[in-house]
Amino acid sequence: MRPFDYQRAERLEHAAQLAADDDTMALAGGTNLIDLMKLQVETPQTLVDIGRLSLGEIADEGDGLRIGALASNTATAAHARVRSDYPVLARAILAGATQQLRNKATTGGNLCQRTRCYYFTNIDQPCNKREPGTGCGAIDGIAKLHAVLGTSPHCIATYPGDMAVALAALDATVEIAGDSHERSVPVREFHRLPGDTPERDNVLEAGEIITSVTLPAPVGGTQIYRKVRERSSYAFALCSVAAVIDMADNRFTRADLAFGGLAHKPWHDPRIADLLVGSEPSPALFDKAADLLLEDARGYGENDFKIPLARRTLTAVLCEATGVEA
Amino acid sequence: MPITINDTPHDLPDDPRVSLLDFLRSHAGLTGTKKGCDHGQCGACTVLVNGVRINSCLSLAVTHDGDEVTTIEGLGSPVSPSEMQQAFLRHDGFQCGYCTPGQICSATAMLKEIAAGWPSDATDDLEASPKLTGEEIRERMSGNLCRCGAYANIVAAIRDVAGENA
Amino acid sequence: MSVHCKQDAPDERNVLDSTKQGVLGEPLERPEGLLKVTGTATYAAEFDAESCLEGVLVTLPVVRGTITSIDRESVLQMPGVVAVITDERLTGRAAQGMAGEAPFQPAQQVCYWGQPVALVVAESFEEARDAAKHLSVECNADEGDAPLDPDTVEAEQRKPTKNGDLAHAMTQAAHSVDATFTTDGHASAAMEPHAAMAQWDGQSLTVHASLQMLKFNRAELADSLNLKEKQVRLIAPYVGGGFGSKLGISQETVGASLAAMKLGKPVRVVMSRQQVFQTIMRRSETTQRVRLAADSEGRLTGFGHEARVSNLPGEEFAEPVLQSSQFLYGGDNRLLQLEVARIHRMTAGSVRAPGEAVGVQTVEQAMDMLAEKAGIDPVELRLRNIPERHPAKDKPYSSRKLAECLREGASAFGWKDGPRKPRHTREGEWWIGSGVASAARIHAVVEAKARVTLRPDGTALVETDMTDIGTGTYAILGQVAGEMLGLSLDDVEVRLGDTDMPPGSGSGGSFGASSCGSAVFLACEGLRDTLAEKLGIEASDLSLKDGFALWENEKKSIAEVLDGKAIEEIGHFEPGKSTEDYAVASFGAFFAEVAVNHWTGETRVRRMTGAFGFGRVLNARTARSQCLGGMTWCIGNALTESLLFDPTDGHLANCDLAEYHVPVHRDVPDLEVVLLEERDAAASPIQAKGVGELGLCGGAGAIANAIYDACGARVFAYPMTPDRVLAAMPDK
Ligand SMILES: Cc1cc2nc3c(=O)[nH]c(=O)nc-3n(C[C@H](O)[C@H](O)[C@H](O)COP(=O)(O)OP(=O)(O)OC[C@H]3O[C@@H](n4cnc5c(N)ncnc54)[C@H](O)[C@@H]3O)c2cc1C
Ligand code: SF4
Ligand code: FES
Ligand code: FES
Repeated sequence: MRPFDYQRAERLEHAAQLAADDDTMALAGGTNLIDLMKLQVETPQTLVDIGRLSLGEIADEGDGLRIGALASNTATAAHARVRSDYPVLARAILAGATQQLRNKATTGGNLCQRTRCYYFTNIDQPCNKREPGTGCGAIDGIAKLHAVLGTSPHCIATYPGDMAVALAALDATVEIAGDSHERSVPVREFHRLPGDTPERDNVLEAGEIITSVTLPAPVGGTQIYRKVRERSSYAFALCSVAAVIDMADNRFTRADLAFGGLAHKPWHDPRIADLLVGSEPSPALFDKAADLLLEDARGYGENDFKIPLARRTLTAVLCEATGVEA
Repeated sequence: MPITINDTPHDLPDDPRVSLLDFLRSHAGLTGTKKGCDHGQCGACTVLVNGVRINSCLSLAVTHDGDEVTTIEGLGSPVSPSEMQQAFLRHDGFQCGYCTPGQICSATAMLKEIAAGWPSDATDDLEASPKLTGEEIRERMSGNLCRCGAYANIVAAIRDVAGENA
Repeated sequence: MSVHCKQDAPDERNVLDSTKQGVLGEPLERPEGLLKVTGTATYAAEFDAESCLEGVLVTLPVVRGTITSIDRESVLQMPGVVAVITDERLTGRAAQGMAGEAPFQPAQQVCYWGQPVALVVAESFEEARDAAKHLSVECNADEGDAPLDPDTVEAEQRKPTKNGDLAHAMTQAAHSVDATFTTDGHASAAMEPHAAMAQWDGQSLTVHASLQMLKFNRAELADSLNLKEKQVRLIAPYVGGGFGSKLGISQETVGASLAAMKLGKPVRVVMSRQQVFQTIMRRSETTQRVRLAADSEGRLTGFGHEARVSNLPGEEFAEPVLQSSQFLYGGDNRLLQLEVARIHRMTAGSVRAPGEAVGVQTVEQAMDMLAEKAGIDPVELRLRNIPERHPAKDKPYSSRKLAECLREGASAFGWKDGPRKPRHTREGEWWIGSGVASAARIHAVVEAKARVTLRPDGTALVETDMTDIGTGTYAILGQVAGEMLGLSLDDVEVRLGDTDMPPGSGSGGSFGASSCGSAVFLACEGLRDTLAEKLGIEASDLSLKDGFALWENEKKSIAEVLDGKAIEEIGHFEPGKSTEDYAVASFGAFFAEVAVNHWTGETRVRRMTGAFGFGRVLNARTARSQCLGGMTWCIGNALTESLLFDPTDGHLANCDLAEYHVPVHRDVPDLEVVLLEERDAAASPIQAKGVGELGLCGGAGAIANAIYDACGARVFAYPMTPDRVLAAMPDK
């Protein structure tokens, strides 16, 4: 770890002011940032500890729910309204990391956690995300964890988190504050695909701090978070599906789906809901949904399996939600 | 404000880089908390901060002013081991012993978490209070690796302490 | 005084069955357990020394090359930095088990990506770690044609075992199997990272280290440093797991020692988890071809097992994949052939149960395939193929519980016999199935010494440099002594892990308990003779129990017999002809039930039974724990563990515990262990064999067979991760 100047933010504006500096980073739970600082993947000169700002509240916001940026993942998953009204979110959080980590991990930090690409975390390897222009070690290397959707010749990393996948299915909004401004960004638009600037993970600008995430009014339905992983716990997703499904008269009335482990963002394709809503569930329909999802999918050797896996996982989730047998 | 470790106040380190784990082991002389990976990947460094279990390797000591930290040494000692420590002994819930303090801190906190009704990935009904099934215990303990493979005995020890509820 | 035994013949006396104390074999708690559960047992990095400096190893991201310069100055100016050690004596690789000499030097000659080449020493760990990242090292790289892929280089052939004509037997067979399997590389991943704290007083070196075999390690370290062995003392009372990775010394021990010698201050070096992965022994990946030829009743007429493994140039060790294929099953026509590919990945060496840990499971999968072809129950097929005598060397087995393990394991598990057809049971999305595999592991013993002292108060002290790496040494050596001397475990103190004490065998190859246990046994035999002599009776007339000597109708406390004078003996055990004249091995059987997800190929082991026979059980509790540990490894081996090497520079991509997946709690269901009592007179004077590794020799095969039985996916690559299971799923 490089030496750094440790500052504790007393107020939100103070944090935003400090964070405006390029060499400054915000410290929340630290479970991702400290990890990467030890590896010298992150080398901030100043660390602003935002941990004691009062951004931890989880509170009703109209019919919806506002989850503070510093609410721990544990608190969110255990919150009574999250469990009853947004179970897919509780499920997604609980499928991630471990109890110890979730006790420290925060909403904001979880959204901003960086990729687990082996080359990104190894500073002796080329990586365009960590050091633009050095190349991508994964494309011709070990790409087992990597993306099959929305990749670019510069980077094929995935966004590794679970919580955001559920937030994308629920169409939540990220609330952001700067030194003197506030803005809202849908979770579905918060993370960025690599393009030719893979070093930028998301739309946050320097000096911006996430203050909360707001969930729209509950929509009910069957909510499922399905995570496929190599161990039964404590492993990142090979592929995951967050689903909010509702039916009436054996037809879909709602089919909000988001996918993890496939791209550098929770993948949400509005065409899938368009296809499903109004139709009767059937294996053939599920196949069409998977065709849409995977139309532009491309594997990089080791991760080719994610394409059929995503298809099968989607089918499994739709079968579970609709009671159709395939 | 100082940090309180097992009821004893300590001054925080000058170097903000020092992790809570290194602070415990090197500065406070409490080597019961183990370093297995230093990156949040094994659970050997698990301690309780204000009663909540965390990985002490991924936390900077300077962020803990005013906090109350309980380590394995704070749970019990060779002269008066805690109930969980005794159960681990009885059930041979360890071999090399290196993951053990982390397992015991985790297990101790876990029983409280279940009592408080926190759900887990293994909880069938999110809205009901979680039951202390084998699957629940295993999921909730999955943040503590044991390479010796003492898992089966660790679960037995935890069940023993949980008594009728398990 | 010393009692020496080179075991040239089986020891049928079974002395330990006629002693009276009744502590041996009992499931007693570990005497050191209280320290471990309270965090007060001290591991290598935890010994305190005043003004101890911290060292961090510097590794080089180069596949092959020679270092031309190291810019010390840049780093020496950094805060807190005290020294940069670039001594020629720094070692580049870990020593192989029982090497007893320096491993590869100098570190400046780089042979694999991530090799440590220097050590930065600073006042604090943070300063040292940061400085180590900044050290600039110039290297004459020679990477272009360094071979990295074990499948594409020409391999060296080891001497084959050949009997009859396997190819012909295959053509004549009523049923045959010819299958090729792969297993990915494994890491030991002991939870305690490699660590050393060294102190130098100008004459002699004391190192607190995390090592398994101190007698050999001392020789390795002395040789590395150009010191005399007697100048080196190693201390390791507690070792946070080894699994082969700490058999030989590695760079942190040499580095800490050199720094302490140069600076005259204590120096601690702890490897980062990434460094442990990148520089400590890996288990080689393997490619294995198994051929089985059988008659119409499933009796083997031919048995072939060929394997390719890899290692660095210059390393003698080759994963002994075929070790138990030599003797597990019959078949007159045999071909066993091992070959080694030379590639530039970190050293391949021993990882728990070298050889059998990956060699048995493939044979066991082939046996399953044969059972299906022949329409025979898989347990029955195995029973039919247990040979009378060692099939290649025509010597007798010393003692073997394979058949009993298969039968008792099957009954404990609730095995349904008869021919099998996959996809018989489905629960929701999950296919349920079960599988069986035999377990086999060669037995070895190693020279060992231990001193046992009967103290004037009638209590005993056992001393040896043997280690307890979680194996239960503290308990079992105390129990052997207690049994022989008529003392409860509370009255026996066991001191381990210090080269100032008599050299034991070290912990490795599952030979520690039988070798050191025998040394303690011999010492105690000597003490019993002395006691008898003091009493003026024949040793055979003497019984010892609860601290008393008993003979005819007389009784006297041991303390009284000693009359204020301690007596001591050194037991000295040496392997002799008995383990050569017989085929000596531990055997067992595994039964596993799995659930395979139809959609995702995820596999969960639902329950597992292991039945094992490994000679005399010295402590039923710790022996069971060893088996549980082995079976847990089976799950990792079968489903999750795989080292992933980059094709471009050979570096280990998944070099941490987040991405190298050792099983977690939730991967491991309730495990059942059945221990079969056995006395193996040829194995050791205490009739005990190895147990620590047996539990993982074959079990992954039972899981693989269960996957097939469940969903019909016959997977030929370990580990059987979801992608691999899905690719083999019949109706993908
Ligand atoms: C071994 C391991 C396994 C894990 N497994 C999983 C898993 O399976 N699934 C999963 O989803 N996650 C997993 N995680 C990741 C974990 O969830 C994240 O590390 C955690 O959520 C990050 O939250 P934090 O508060 O600790 O963030 P920090 O580490 O404090 O911060 C992370 C980043 O977010 C920025 N940041 C934090 N808060 C804000 C804010 N309010 N505004 C703007 N920027 C901010 C920081 O500057 C930093 O760049 C795992 C982590 C580890 C170590
Ligand atoms: S995939 Fe992206 S993060 Fe990984 S090496 Fe390539 S550029 Fe870096
Ligand atoms: S040392 Fe903290 S989790 Fe491994
Ligand atoms: S007891 Fe050795 S790692 Fe758990």
